[in-house]
Order: sequence, then C-alpha cells, then structure tokens
Amino acid sequence: MLTRPDVPATAMEGPGHRGLNLEEPLLFEVGHVDATGVDLPKPPAVNDRLGKFARKSSLDLAGLSEPETMRHYVRLSRQNYAIDMNTYPLGSCTMKHNPRLNEKIARLPGFGDIHPLQPLNTVPGALEMMEQLGSWLMQLTGMNAISLSPKAGAHGELCGLMAIKAALRARGQAEQRTVVLAPASAHGTNPATAALLGFKVETIPARPDGTVDPADVKAKLGPEVAAIMLTNPNTCGLFERDIVAIAEVVHAAGAYFYCDGANLNAILGRAKPGALGVDAMHINLHKTLSTPHGGGGPGSGPVVLSDALARFAPTPFLKLEDNRPILVEDVSQAGIGEEPFGRLTAFHGQMGMWVRALTYLLSHGVDGVRQASEDAVLNANYVRARLSDLMTQPFGDKPCMHEVLFDDRFLEGTGATTLDIAKALIDEGYHPMTVYFPLVVHGAMLIEPTESESKESLDLFIDAMRRIIGRIKDGGGAALKEAPLHAPRRRLDETRAAREPKLRWKPAAA
Amino acid sequence: MRYLPHSEADRQAMLAAIGVSSIDALFADVPAAARFDQLPDLPMTQGEIEVERHMKALAGRNLSAESATAFFLGAGAYRHHVPASVDHLIQRSEFLTSYTPYQPEISQGTLQTLFEFQTQVATLTGMDVANGGMYDGSTATAEAVLMARRITKRSKSILSGGLHPQYRAVVETIEDMSAGSMVALPPDPNGTEDIIAQIDNETAAVVVQSPSFYGQLIDLKPIAEACHKAGALLVAVFTEVVSLGALESPGSQGADIVVGEGQSLGNPLTFGGPYVGLMATRNEFVRQLPGRLCGETVDAAGRRGFVLTLATREQHIRRDKATSNICTSSGLCALAFSIHMTLLGGTGLTRLAATNHARAVQLADALAAVPGIEVVNDIFFNEFTIRVPGDAAALVNRLTERGIVAGLPVSRLEPTRPELANLIIIAATELNGDAERERLIAGLRKVL
Amino acid sequence: MTTRYTKDSEWIRTEGDEAVIGISDYAQGQLGDIVFVELPEVGKTLAKGDVAAVVESVKAASEVYAPAAGEVIAVNTSIKDDPSAVNRGAEGDGWFVRIKLKNPADIDSLMDAEAYGAFVAAH
Repeated sequence: MLTRPDVPATAMEGPGHRGLNLEEPLLFEVGHVDATGVDLPKPPAVNDRLGKFARKSSLDLAGLSEPETMRHYVRLSRQNYAIDMNTYPLGSCTMKHNPRLNEKIARLPGFGDIHPLQPLNTVPGALEMMEQLGSWLMQLTGMNAISLSPKAGAHGELCGLMAIKAALRARGQAEQRTVVLAPASAHGTNPATAALLGFKVETIPARPDGTVDPADVKAKLGPEVAAIMLTNPNTCGLFERDIVAIAEVVHAAGAYFYCDGANLNAILGRAKPGALGVDAMHINLHKTLSTPHGGGGPGSGPVVLSDALARFAPTPFLKLEDNRPILVEDVSQAGIGEEPFGRLTAFHGQMGMWVRALTYLLSHGVDGVRQASEDAVLNANYVRARLSDLMTQPFGDKPCMHEVLFDDRFLEGTGATTLDIAKALIDEGYHPMTVYFPLVVHGAMLIEPTESESKESLDLFIDAMRRIIGRIKDGGGAALKEAPLHAPRRRLDETRAAREPKLRWKPAAA
Repeated sequence: MRYLPHSEADRQAMLAAIGVSSIDALFADVPAAARFDQLPDLPMTQGEIEVERHMKALAGRNLSAESATAFFLGAGAYRHHVPASVDHLIQRSEFLTSYTPYQPEISQGTLQTLFEFQTQVATLTGMDVANGGMYDGSTATAEAVLMARRITKRSKSILSGGLHPQYRAVVETIEDMSAGSMVALPPDPNGTEDIIAQIDNETAAVVVQSPSFYGQLIDLKPIAEACHKAGALLVAVFTEVVSLGALESPGSQGADIVVGEGQSLGNPLTFGGPYVGLMATRNEFVRQLPGRLCGETVDAAGRRGFVLTLATREQHIRRDKATSNICTSSGLCALAFSIHMTLLGGTGLTRLAATNHARAVQLADALAAVPGIEVVNDIFFNEFTIRVPGDAAALVNRLTERGIVAGLPVSRLEPTRPELANLIIIAATELNGDAERERLIAGLRKVL
Repeated sequence: MTTRYTKDSEWIRTEGDEAVIGISDYAQGQLGDIVFVELPEVGKTLAKGDVAAVVESVKAASEVYAPAAGEVIAVNTSIKDDPSAVNRGAEGDGWFVRIKLKNPADIDSLMDAEAYGAFVAAH
C-alpha cells in the first residue's frame, strides 16, 4: 500500500484509522449474508403460491447487525462535506440551509404515512396542502397555472417542453416547428431535454456583457422554431435585462418561451416571471425552497404555465370545485378546456418535498422570501467586491445576481488552474465553487454563497480564497497540484475508473 | 427571520463594501413591470409554533395508514416496516445536506454508499450492473424503453396488459412525444395474454411486469427467448422489490433491462413520492444506461476510492446527445433503500419476503371463503386481485367509512374499462397480522 | 500518400482509392486521457461530414467527422481495447477507420500539415 507522504507509515497500518478519521471497508467486506439488524417473526406456515418461480438460489447479499450498521454509515457519512459543516458555494446549486422543521413536518403520519391511492376522501388535508403550495408558487411567480408533479428540474423541463409540443400540435404546427433555441451557457439539461423530444437545438450567442441580445434571437427565429429555453437570471449570474423584448420577439414569431428557473433564488419576491413573458418555468424546490439535496436528490420541479399552455398541463392536476381542491388523475376525466398532454409519473409527484417547501414558505412568509433573495444577491456581490482585485470577471466588474462568475485569466502564467483552486479550497475546509461551468467562460468559477451565510462566514471564505490566490501569485502554484492533502482522499484517478469500469463489488476470485 | 443570519448593520456594511447605496441598485436590471410594487397577499414570517400548528392541522385531516383499522392497499406503493435506524442515518447532516458527489475527495461517504447500492440492486435483479437510481419505477420504465430504442435502433415497444396503468401512461406519454410507437395490450388480470405473438422484427422493447399490476406472476423466460430471436430487448418491471427475496431474479429469466420501484425498502409511503427507481442491465449495454454511475478507482496515494464515472453519457457533458436529461435523481431515497437492505441482509430479505407471501396466502384463502368473492390469481407474491359482486369502488368506499382501507378498486386507474369495475387489488405485508385480516373479512361480510 | 487535416482536427491519409482517418495529435492533447472510442460498423457508408466515430475523455466527448465520403472497410479494434493508444500515437497506430473513398477530390479542400499547424497555432 502506498502511503501519504505526510503520514508516518505506522499510522496507516491496520484498518487505516487515524485519530477521528476512521476508514470503512465496503459493506460486503464486513457483512455476512446471515447477519441481520432486523428481527422478523417466523413466517406463518402456508402452501406457497409462487408456482415454479420460487427462488432456488440463496440471495448473496451481506447484512449487518444494527450496531455494525450504525458504525458503517456513520463512518462513511464523516467522509462527506455538508452544508451543516461549512459554506457550500456551489454555483447554480443553491446550497442553502435545510430547516429541520421541514423534516419534522414531512414525517407526520398524516403526510408521511398516507398512500397515494387511498380513497381521495381520506386525504383532504393532502389535497389542501398541494393547493396551498401551488397558490404560493403561482402568486410569487405571477402565473396562473401550475403542474406540481415533475420530480426534479430536468423533469420540469420535460413537462414544459411537452406542453409546448402539445400546444404546437393543437395549432397544427408540431411538424413544422422542430427547433429549440438555447444559449451556449445553458444547463446541459436544456439541450438534453429538447433532444429527448426530437427537437434540434440551435445555439444563440451572447453579447460581450454576458446577456442575450433580442436582435440575435430575432435573427434565429423563423417558422421552424418551437421555443427558446433561457435561464434567468442566467448561468453567468446576470439578469437578462432585455428579457421582455426577447419574449416579445419570440411570441411574435409564434414560438414559446421556456424559462429555466434554476436561479429563482435571486428574484423570488422581487420579480414576477409572469410579467416577463414566460410561458413555462420550473421551480427547483431542492434549490430555492430549501428541500435537502440528499447527496443527489430527491428533488421536485413544479412547473408554472402561462395561459397559452395551462390547458395542456399533464395529469394529475388540481382544480377547485366549490372552493375545494379536486384531483384529476386520468386524461379521460379532463373537463372542458382541459387537454392534458399525458402523465409524467405514477401517482402524484414528490409529496415529501412539497410539504417541506410549503413549510419553508410559511416560515419565511412573503416578506422573508423577499429578504432571502435580497440577502442571497447581497452575499454574492459582497464576495465579488472583495475578490475583484485579485480575480478576473469575464464580463467586467459589475453587479451580479445571487452568484458571481470568475474566469481564469488571472491565473495566466502562474501554472495553476481553476481545478487547482478548487482542490486547494478543500484543504482550506471548503467545498469548491462550481468549476468549468458555464462552458462559455474559460476556466469558469461560479460562486453562489446563498443567503444562509453570515458576514463572518463570508469573510472567512474570502480570506481562504485570498490566501490561495496569494500563494499562487507568489509562485506556489505548482504545489497546489498535490491538493487536497487533508481530505479523506487525495485526487482520484478518474481515467482509470472510466477505462476499466468497476461498477459493483464482486467477491475476490478464489 | 430565524434562517437569515444578517443584522441590519451587517447589510449596511456589506452594501458599503460593494459600493452601492441600497439593495435596489443590485436589482436594477429587473424591468419595472416585473417588480413587485407590493408583496402578494400571503402570510408574513411565522415562528415554528405557528407553522407547525398550520401543517399539523392539514396532516390531521388525512387518514394515515397506521391509523386505519385495517390497511391492505398496494398497487405500486407498499406499507412496510422501516427500521428506526434507517431514518436516523439518512438524517445525518453529512448525507442529508450534501450535494451530488462531484468532488470525490470530500464525498466518499455518498460515493461508497452509491457503489454499495449499485451492487445490491445488481445482485437483487440478477444483472451485471445497476445505476445510482432513477426518480421512481414509472420513470425508470420509460427510460428503459428509450434505452432499448437506442440499443436496437428500432422504435416500437410492446407493453404487457399486466403493467401498472400509470406506468403505461408514463411510457405512452414519452413515446407519443418522442416519435416512438407503442402497442399496449389490454388489461390482463390473470396473466393469460399472448404477448409473444406481438413481437416482430421492428420491436425494440417488450415491457412485462412480474408480479403484474394485478399480482399475477408471469413467466419471463419464453418472452425473453422470443425477444432475443427477434432482436428485441425484454424490459422486466416490478413494483414490489421485496418480491425479489422470494422469486427467481428477472436477470436469471433472461431480462435485458430490469427496472422497478424501490420504495418498499427504507422509504415511507408519503402519498407517492419521493421514491427511488431501480435500473439494471447487462455489461454490454452499460454505456446506454441513463443516470449516475459510481465506479471504483484509486487516489494519488494508492488508496481505494470511488468516483462518478462514464459521465460522458450524461447531460452535463453530452448535452443534446446525452442518454437522458436526468440530473437530480433520488440519492437519499437510494441511501434509505441501501441501509434497509443492509439491515436485512440476504437471509433477512428472504425471510421478509416469505412473511409477506404467507400473509398474502392467508388473506387470499380467507377472502376466497367469503361468499361472492373470487380470487382472480393462482400464483402471486404479496398482492392479488379479487372479483366482488357489484361496483368495487363503492364497496371500498363503504369499508373506508369503517376505517378499513381494503385495497385499490381497479376502476380508479382504469376509469374507462367497465369490465374491470368489480376488481380490487389487495396487498398484504409483514405489517398485516391476523387481527387486521379478520377485521377486513368481518367488514367485508357486513358491507357485501 | 497524402495527409490532410480538417478544422475539427481529423486527419485523413489517402492510399490509392482508400484512406485512413484519425484525430490529430493536437486533438488528443486537448482531450487528455482518452478512455473510450466508439467505432462504426464495417460496411457503413459515410457522407462527408457524417459522424464516423466518437472519442471520449473523462470530461468530454467529441464526434469524429468523416473528412471524405466513402464506405468503411476496416476499423481499428485495438483502440477500442486500449484507448490510450490514441494518446500515444494519434497519427499512427491510433487511427480510427479505413474507408474506400467515394470521391477522392473530397480532400482537396482540406489543409496540409503546414496549414493545419498554422490553424492550430492561431486558435
């Protein structure tokens, strides 16, 4: 075994524990197929009805007793970075505080222990909860219809583009309008979603100031264009200042405007997307509304829809009858003026996330939501102001929204790269910012502090950045290639992982 | 507001450092027409006491499964016992409040648990490789159909009449919107359809659920053989993952892609979501898998470590040529699944499955003894369909008035099929004891 | 034998009415460690500009476009088994496909080594 140069060889003997850093083998290396942390009663004796399909081979999966299970996962958890530990300035991801009240409420039996197919008259509180969340989101966005069911942001994009396709079909133009426009700075999900539905994606350029010019959009518009997908505020951290004019030219050309709402945390309670000409926009509850990221989900991506698209909303959807929310589950149950394009998921959507999001909204209140957006923007601009003397910004030093974008021009000739800064931040006790995204900016570093950070914690982060850059400018760039040295692992060999994929554990050959 | 750390003095000091006089200056690019002149008429900041009161009042209006007198509803979401340690562990800050593990040096916890999850899912399904999870079983099924289309370069899929109707609707929507073509066989409560006759040399995917929506166990082997003869792929679907503890794996029966719902392990009912989709396939198709994949490698000091790999399949790199648009998936639900599976172990899952099956057999026998009720399925796992005299939905409603959630009247999901209007799908798990069964039977005898 | 380069950094070397296609040494350097290549089936007909192959590093995937039209008559299976061969010899052992040229004049408009070198230097 190779050892870290700064670690005496003796410290790495045995299982590799060192102080509070405890190494943990794979479950399959410590567990046993007969070990269990669940005491189950003996199954009642019956004549089985499994026919010839009863499992004959034993199920070779390791188990652990409860104390061993606790140690296994607690040790592993300690190899993770988390919002609850320190600043998580991951641009485009809105890593804000996840209130624990949300978790408590989601676990109430009246929300957590109800079945999606119970008779609807046994779950009026669930429908009412959905109606309240929908109402909050429509009022905050200035839109009149909402589809709650999409399971994440990309699923929301799918919902929006499917509604657009359905609207084009209703107009008899689906065959003709096959192009979706998106800027090169778009999230990868935008072109991936459009392509999934058979649209051809064409790129619209950005102006030198980092925003989209309505004239450039107009030049790309034609009878073949179905929609534009635009993120606002955009992925460069800027508000698309000509967005109303863009929406106007898009609508004049008979196309629709899909807004990627990933960056809504900058403007919630400050700006109404509904007044910007948006036809569809998803809201990432796991970003803007504080539902936890959980190491990669679950998310939830409700979509608000304009009057032009509302009637195509998928099932299930809520409507009010005698002021009571009614759930329409099947296309065949749609009423007059309702033409659902289909269904995106079994059941209703991410109830657990909706409960958390409504709890967040009620806690903040409409005033708190607005204050949160303002603080998020304030924090990003504070980081910008305090780093702008050392770092370079692709579009000049000007106010940003809730995230600030730097490029790597200031690293020219130092031998250090954006990646080195990211890894050096790890040694300083921080999760890196988003790096190399958006693609339109060389060596991009996208910093989104969120409103959850105090001034003191921002100052500490800024100090860490200044120390790292100071070291680089003093000729210490090469040393950063070794970073991180103080994390549970050093840099990992991703080439090896991809060339010889090992995607599951297998017992060592005897 | 308790979640916002700044004092007013902090804000002023920061505005001064930025060099602007007010926060409005930072929002100058927002067009006047889109600004809120006054805030919408919504509640203002509230403390935990008020919020909790509000939300508890809503929750209190719902009949929870645990408060029902008897609860036998399944049909794609199942009420199981989840060990207390599962919920404790997934609420560890380091799991709950971390992002997707794009920085592997400080994400080994999430990555190793993903690797273990992939191993568990691949083993359970009898496949070579599994991904890190999808949104749920229904969207995983739609992704499997798209994957089969990419692999076979054909566009037609055939859906069994035993597929969950809402899974069918999800596939139908994707196929309709993405220029696929789909044949959905009529509902097949007792598994007598001849799906093999439908397979031709334009077929990309044949989608078969076993145990079926109606509970019937389906013989996948001959279907797999017919698929392979025609150059098509068999997509095997399950909604009850516990069944894999009692049944031969879909992989051993010849399935090419296996997808299913993982909710039963580790995840509460929560009115339908969030859940976790399971997806596994053969090695040869791994580059067409959607979603995240975690792989083993070494770090610069030679120690074993894990990274997200084969990422060129994914949207953040491949953009319009990605295998799927999926980004955020179901990480924490996958973790809950994996912890529960670890607590059970292979032998424990087998025992859990045996208990589920035994409870269902006892229930089926007891129901068959009730005059007027017919059990439709001969072989099943923990769920089966009964035929009742008269309208099933009305019967279920009459039982609900007695606090009994008897099962799913099929008409709820098949409202346009009058021939199914007297069917109820009933599931039993380890949580349904003798007394609960007797309450259901007694209730039925009263309302029939 | 004539070798020509495209602006997308493919190279094509003609041998009579056949030609070999690969990616330039500059292109492999830009991609970094190559981890996977996808090759077409032998017998496939390619128009000029069609996607002939895909080459992937850990963080990027690029299409390899056919610099000239023709029918695929051979593919380099050794780079499928060991993609690092493209890093070691992009313009030699790391070739991708061999085609039977449909229209040898296709390559006339492409750059020679010197022009390509200047093109790369300018970008």
